This record gives sequence, structure tokens and C-alpha cells, in this order.
Amino acid sequence: MAQRAHADAPHHDETNYVAIWGVLCALLGLSVLGPMVGVRLLTLITAFGIAIVKAYMVCSYFMHLRIEKKWVAYVLGFMLALMLVFFGGVAPDVLEHDGLRWQKTYVEPATVGGER
Amino acid sequence: MSGHAPPAHHASGFVKTYLWSTDHKVIAMQYLFTGMLMALIGGFAVYVFRMQLAFPGQSVPLFGRVSAGQYNSLVTMHGTIMIFWVAMPVLLAAFGNFLIPLMLGCDDMVFPKVNRLSYQIFLLSAVVLVASFFVPGGAFGGAWTAYPPLSANAAYNLTRYGATLWVVAVALEFAAFLLGGINFVTTAMNSRAPGMRMFDVPIVVWMIVIASILFMASVGPLIAGAVMLVFDQVFGTGFYDPATGGDPILWQHLFWFFGHPEVYVVLLPAMGVVAEVIPVFSRKKLFGYRTIVYTAVATGVISFFVWAHHQFVAGIDPRMASLFTITTLIISVPIAEMIFVYIATLYGGSITLATPMLWALSFVAEFLLGGVTGIFLGAAGADIYLHDTYFVLAHFHYTFFPIAIIGAFAGITFWFPKMFGRMMDERLGKIHFWGTIVAFNVIFIPLFITGVAGDHRRIFDYSGFPDLATPGLQHLRTTATLGLVSLLAVQPVFFFNFVRSLVRGPIASANPWRANTLEWSASSPPPHGNFAELPEVYRGPYEYSPEDREEDFWPQHVPDVSPAPVASVGGGR
Amino acid sequence: MTSRPIATTRSVMDVPTGRLAMWWVLASETVLFGGLLGSYVMMRLRHGAWADQAANTNTWAGAFNTLVLLTSSLSAVLAHQAAERADGPKAARLLRYTILGGGVFLTVKAFEWTHEIEEGFTITSGLFWSFYYTAAGLHAAHVVAGMVIMFIVSLTAARNEELHRVENVGIYWHFVDVVWIFLFPLLYIAK
Repeated sequence: MAQRAHADAPHHDETNYVAIWGVLCALLGLSVLGPMVGVRLLTLITAFGIAIVKAYMVCSYFMHLRIEKKWVAYVLGFMLALMLVFFGGVAPDVLEHDGLRWQKTYVEPATVGGER
Repeated sequence: MSGHAPPAHHASGFVKTYLWSTDHKVIAMQYLFTGMLMALIGGFAVYVFRMQLAFPGQSVPLFGRVSAGQYNSLVTMHGTIMIFWVAMPVLLAAFGNFLIPLMLGCDDMVFPKVNRLSYQIFLLSAVVLVASFFVPGGAFGGAWTAYPPLSANAAYNLTRYGATLWVVAVALEFAAFLLGGINFVTTAMNSRAPGMRMFDVPIVVWMIVIASILFMASVGPLIAGAVMLVFDQVFGTGFYDPATGGDPILWQHLFWFFGHPEVYVVLLPAMGVVAEVIPVFSRKKLFGYRTIVYTAVATGVISFFVWAHHQFVAGIDPRMASLFTITTLIISVPIAEMIFVYIATLYGGSITLATPMLWALSFVAEFLLGGVTGIFLGAAGADIYLHDTYFVLAHFHYTFFPIAIIGAFAGITFWFPKMFGRMMDERLGKIHFWGTIVAFNVIFIPLFITGVAGDHRRIFDYSGFPDLATPGLQHLRTTATLGLVSLLAVQPVFFFNFVRSLVRGPIASANPWRANTLEWSASSPPPHGNFAELPEVYRGPYEYSPEDREEDFWPQHVPDVSPAPVASVGGGR
Repeated sequence: MTSRPIATTRSVMDVPTGRLAMWWVLASETVLFGGLLGSYVMMRLRHGAWADQAANTNTWAGAFNTLVLLTSSLSAVLAHQAAERADGPKAARLLRYTILGGGVFLTVKAFEWTHEIEEGFTITSGLFWSFYYTAAGLHAAHVVAGMVIMFIVSLTAARNEELHRVENVGIYWHFVDVVWIFLFPLLYIAK
């Protein structure tokens, strides 16, 4: 398609995708090893912090967001921000165990696994 | 790559031309007629249940005795159909499909086959919904808001199959509008005519695009919630069941996080239609074009921060209730400001009260009443009393009716010549207009009063409520019902006008209203491919009564050769 | 009737139309998965005892599947690179590897779920499991859709036609990968 030539000018693709993939795999390994250390905070950082980093790398390098028009990233960022708004508006009701004059009385079943 | 003659088409059969076409104008008509047909069903539903309210326990002509369960199904279906199967297809899909390529100077949408697919999915959703009337138990009776546990548990809603079909139909409708929305937004962003800058795009296109983006951004959580609801209904999962650790409030939040932006999804296109009509019939430039655009965007953004005002008495955190009160009151400001801008456009204009203009003006007046009454509801304190009363119902009908009905009639009467190549009858149009508007107010003003007096919503028979079963209040309910019957009785005037004009109306020229936007430079109706030669744009869309020009309008596609009035470029005349 | 409208060839925003549309698809998918996963996180934080249930997910299967999807993303972006260099057949081949990756992912999932159901962890075993199957199931549905579309694109790409579609379908696939990048710690690591 003719119009791609100018729309994609910076696309002289010398990115080493295999290297990016290697980094991603290493990060995956770290996130699997993290829980084995047993420190809860470390597990959370390795699990979710690394997830954020991996997602960022896939978006920037594989999806080419780093060379895409800026407003595309802003639109996607806006959608993510909306999800934070959603979380913030709903969490006081759904995440909490109790409030001013109520409490959630559901008790987890004692048994682990198997039929309910 | 400027225009070329549309490719010579082999003679197409009826199916190819009208049922399987990828032409955006045909798809627009498909959405329009489907929406109008669904309006008949939604209108019949309200006729039945309002007759029950006015004459409780008596057999309703054309229906029979209304049971409590049937009443629930009727109110549920009325609300669901009018929002998802009338307002959205007519305002967003029909006008969007018809106008966007024409107003932008294109030959079609960017993805015509996806466009066709979106209508087909929409049609399927309508079929699924109508099918739910005929399954054992009947149509879903858990209100259009479908709160669990009522909606999740068939033992409560008594409409097991209807409930699941309802969720499936709504999900399909969402999918159709997501597909359609992507077409609209991409076309509007990428396919404008040469010379058409962002602020040369007509307001109605802006509004439909912003509405589509709002829809795309808000519907996701509800689709997730709908999947969870269906699983609760069918598999017995407990997403919304406190007994398994779920939370019914979660559904409410998922629903209204979409539900509030949704009202702006339908409001903005209606305001866009009014923005097109008012300048044409006041021969005056639209006041504050950029203000309108920025305000519409701001409204869209703020609309994501107000949703829990629907849940003030549901037991949400009171601190959040305070927050949502503030945001809700804030959002009334930009909308009011847009209304003032429209009024400013009228001021000093040379006004012609043609039928489309009558609809546009009544939109402004009636929506103003709806908006003002919303302020009472947006304040959490007042809402404690008013929630779930007919005051709420009258408020949202004073907003939804202008949106879905008045806005639709304004658009249909305005663009009828372009769509069908004929003029509608002005006299019949005015009779229909006045009959509808007067009747509309006769329905809902009494309901404000009964609402404040304490009438709950979704009550099938008030005789069980001693404080409400008074002659005075019953008189008001009956008045509202008579208003409705009058409203329905005058609609055949429109249909008669529509069909007769279609078949025998005076032939319309390309630009009978002497308007500026690009669709009026194509022939009436436009051929496949829209323009004999794709237009180029030289100015904004609202140059009416320009200085130093003989004509009181200056179409967008006319090159800048001053001072003489112009031989128009492009389009059959 | 496959003539493309002139509208589709215009590019006022300087982004090709197909890619522009795909970004909007991603925008709407973001809020879909965001809503579902946000709801899950809220519920999970409330039900601390879910950690007991979550202990029964198979971390190694999850990690392996993450590796599979990352690798399939690699082949997808290499397919795009090949398409940029106008090598349609190579792009088609790489797309087929990506589809294969999706197939491996689904196969592992099938074994995983079969095992879990045999152990008694069904979708109604508890709210954790309801979310587990729903979230992973919705993701898997997107994997299937991606595989189908990629297959169709690979057919035309092999003939050196419509090569721009390779990039666009790749963007979709990377998104599916990103969703899994978050699902993995949510369902398998946070125990």
C-alpha cells in the first residue's frame, strides 16, 4: 500500500527482537523464582513489577509503540487510567470487609480443594 | 487520488442491493428501519403497562389482563428496547452511517464489510431479544438494570430463559456497536476530504465520534460483568451471590460505570443533530464551534466520574456518595453551557420554523427541563427521598425523550430529502410535531408530581399502598396514561407522511435547505460512491450569511472565488 | 465486489487505516480485561483465604504457557519484519509458527484444566475458581480468535498480498500476550 511508506518512515527495523525476547524470558524466570525466596514483598515486586516491565517492553518494542504517533499511547493510557478510576470508585464497596454499619459475614469454607 | 466515477456495477438483485449491501447508506437505512420497528414494540409495551396503571386489574385492549410478572417484563423490555434498540441504532448507527462518509466527502466507510457485519450482529441481537418474548416464562422481568440476585436467580425473576436471552441479546448489541464504532472513528480520523481540517468537520460528526469513543471506553467492564452474570444464571457461579463470597454491588458498579457514559453516548449525537439544524434554519453561523467540541470532550471525560449517583441508596460508602454528588453537579455545567451556545446561535438569526427546526427548538426546551430536574437527583441528600420514585422516571424521560424521539425526528425530517430524494409534507409534519410535544408533556408533568408524592417505580398496582391509592394521585396516573395514548395516536401521522412522501412526495433537489455541509453537494439520494467527483473543502461548515456575499450560505466544497456566487463543484444538482 | 473504497486509502492522521482501527480495538479490549481483572483483584484482596485455593494452580504450566506466548510474540514481530521487507512467504511462515504457539498454549491449558476439574476444582467450586476459569477462558477465546484471523492473513501474505495486515494482526496478538503477562502472576504467582 502506497501510503505506508511515509507513515512508517522511521521503520528501518534494526531492533534485535530476539534479544528483547531473551530479556523477557529472563524476567519470566525471575518472576518464577521470586516466590521461592519466601519474602512476600519481594514476591509481589517480582511478580507484578516484572509483569509491568514485560508488558511495557512488549508494547514498546513488539507493538512498536515507541515509534508510533504519541497520541496512540495517550489513548491507551487513558483507558488504563479509566480502569484505575473504576477500581477507586468500586473498591470501597467491594474490597472492604465492613463499613459504617455493615459487615460481610461470608466465611471461607475450611477445606482446601476438592468438592465444595 | 481524487475522485473517479463509481465503478460500473452489474445489475444487482433485491437481496444484494438492500439486504447484503456494504453501502453505508443502505446499512444506515437498515439500522433506521430496525430501530423504528423496535420502537413500535417498545411503544406497545408502555401502552400496556400504563393502561394497567391507569385502570388496575382491567383487561387492556389488544393485550388482556396484565399479571404482576407480565408487568415486570413489560417495563423491563420497554426500557431495554428504547435505549439499546431504538436510541442507539437510530441516533448513532443510522445517522452515523449515513452522514459520516457524506459529510466528510468520502465514498464509503473505511471498512464496508465490517460495517455490514455490524448490522448483521445487531439484527441477530434484536431477533434474540424478540425471541425472549416467546420462551417459557416470557421476557426477562428484572428491570433493564438487571440487578442480581433478582437477575441471576431464576427462582426470583421467574423468567429463567428470558433472563439469559436478555443478557445474550445485550452482549450481541454491544459487539455490533463496538464494530460499528471502530468504523466511525477510523473513518472520521483518517478519511476526511482534502482541505478538511479537524475544525471543519460538522458538529454532528464530532459528536458521533466522541460518542463512539465513549462507548468503546465504557462498555468493557459491563461486558465482563455480563459474562459473569450469564455464568451465575447458567452455571450457578456466585460472582454476585453473597453466600459464595460474591457481591451484588459489584454488578451495580459494573453496570453503571457503563450506564452513565451511555446516556452521553446517546445525548451527544442528538445534540449534534440539533447543532446541524439550528444554523440552517436561522441562517446564522454556529456560535462557539470550538467551545462545543471541547465541551463535548470534557463532558465525555467527566461522565466517567459520576456513575455512582445511580447507587446513592444502594449502601455504597457515604464518602463516595459525597464525591459523586460533587462530580454529578459539575457535569451539569458543560451541558447547560452547550444549550446556551445553541440559544446564542439563534439570537439575531433569521429563523424559519420548518418542521426540523421545530423539533430542534423543542429539544432545547424539553432537555433543559430534564437537565434541571437532574440536579435534585444528583444531590445525595435529596436523592434519598427521590430515588426509585417517578420523579426519577420523569427526569430521565425529559432527557431521553428529547434524545431518542425528538432528536430522531429532527434528523429524519431534516435529512429525509437527502436520504430518499423527496420532500416530506410540512403540514403533516407540524401536526405530528405539536401532537407529539403536547402529549409528551401531558404524560410526564403529572409523573413529577406523583413521584414527589411518593409513587415508587416498578409498582404494578398501587392499591396496596394506602398513602398512594388516593383519588388525586390516581387521577394523575390516568392523565399520564391518556397523554400516552394521545402520543401513540398521533404517530400514524408521521408514518403516513413518511410513506406517502417516499412514494409520492415532491422530488427534492440536492440542497433544498440551502445548507453548507458536504452531503448537500451530492445528489438526492446520493448514488453508490456518493459523489461524481470527491469534493475538496475550503472552509468550515457553518458559513451562513457570510459578509460580502450575495448568497446567505457558502458551501464547504465551493472554491474561494470571490465575490460572485458560485457554480458548485461536484455532485449532481 | 472487493474494490476498496477510496476512503480506506486516505490517511489524514498519518497512521495507516488498518493499524489505526487495530489501536481502537485494543483500546476497547483494554477496558474489557481491565474491568474483569480489576473486579478479580478487588475480590481477591478481600478474600485473603483465596490463597488456599490459588495454591492449587499449576505454576509450571502457567510459566511454560507464558514462555510459549512470549515466543509466539517473537515470531509475530519477526513476521512483521519480513512483511516490511516484502517477503510475504516468510511472513506467512512466521505467522504459522505464531499460530502453532497459540495451539501449544491451548493444549497445555486443556491438560491443565482437565487435571484441575478431575481434582474437583470446577467453575462452581468457589469464587476464586469462577474467576480463574472465566478470566483465563475469556483470554483463551481471544487466543482462538487471533489464531483464526492470523491464519486468514497468512493465506494472502503467502501470495505477497495485503502485507500490511501482518503488522495489524501482530499488534492484536501482542495484546493477547500482554493480558496473559498479567494473568500469570494474578492466577499463578500470587499465592
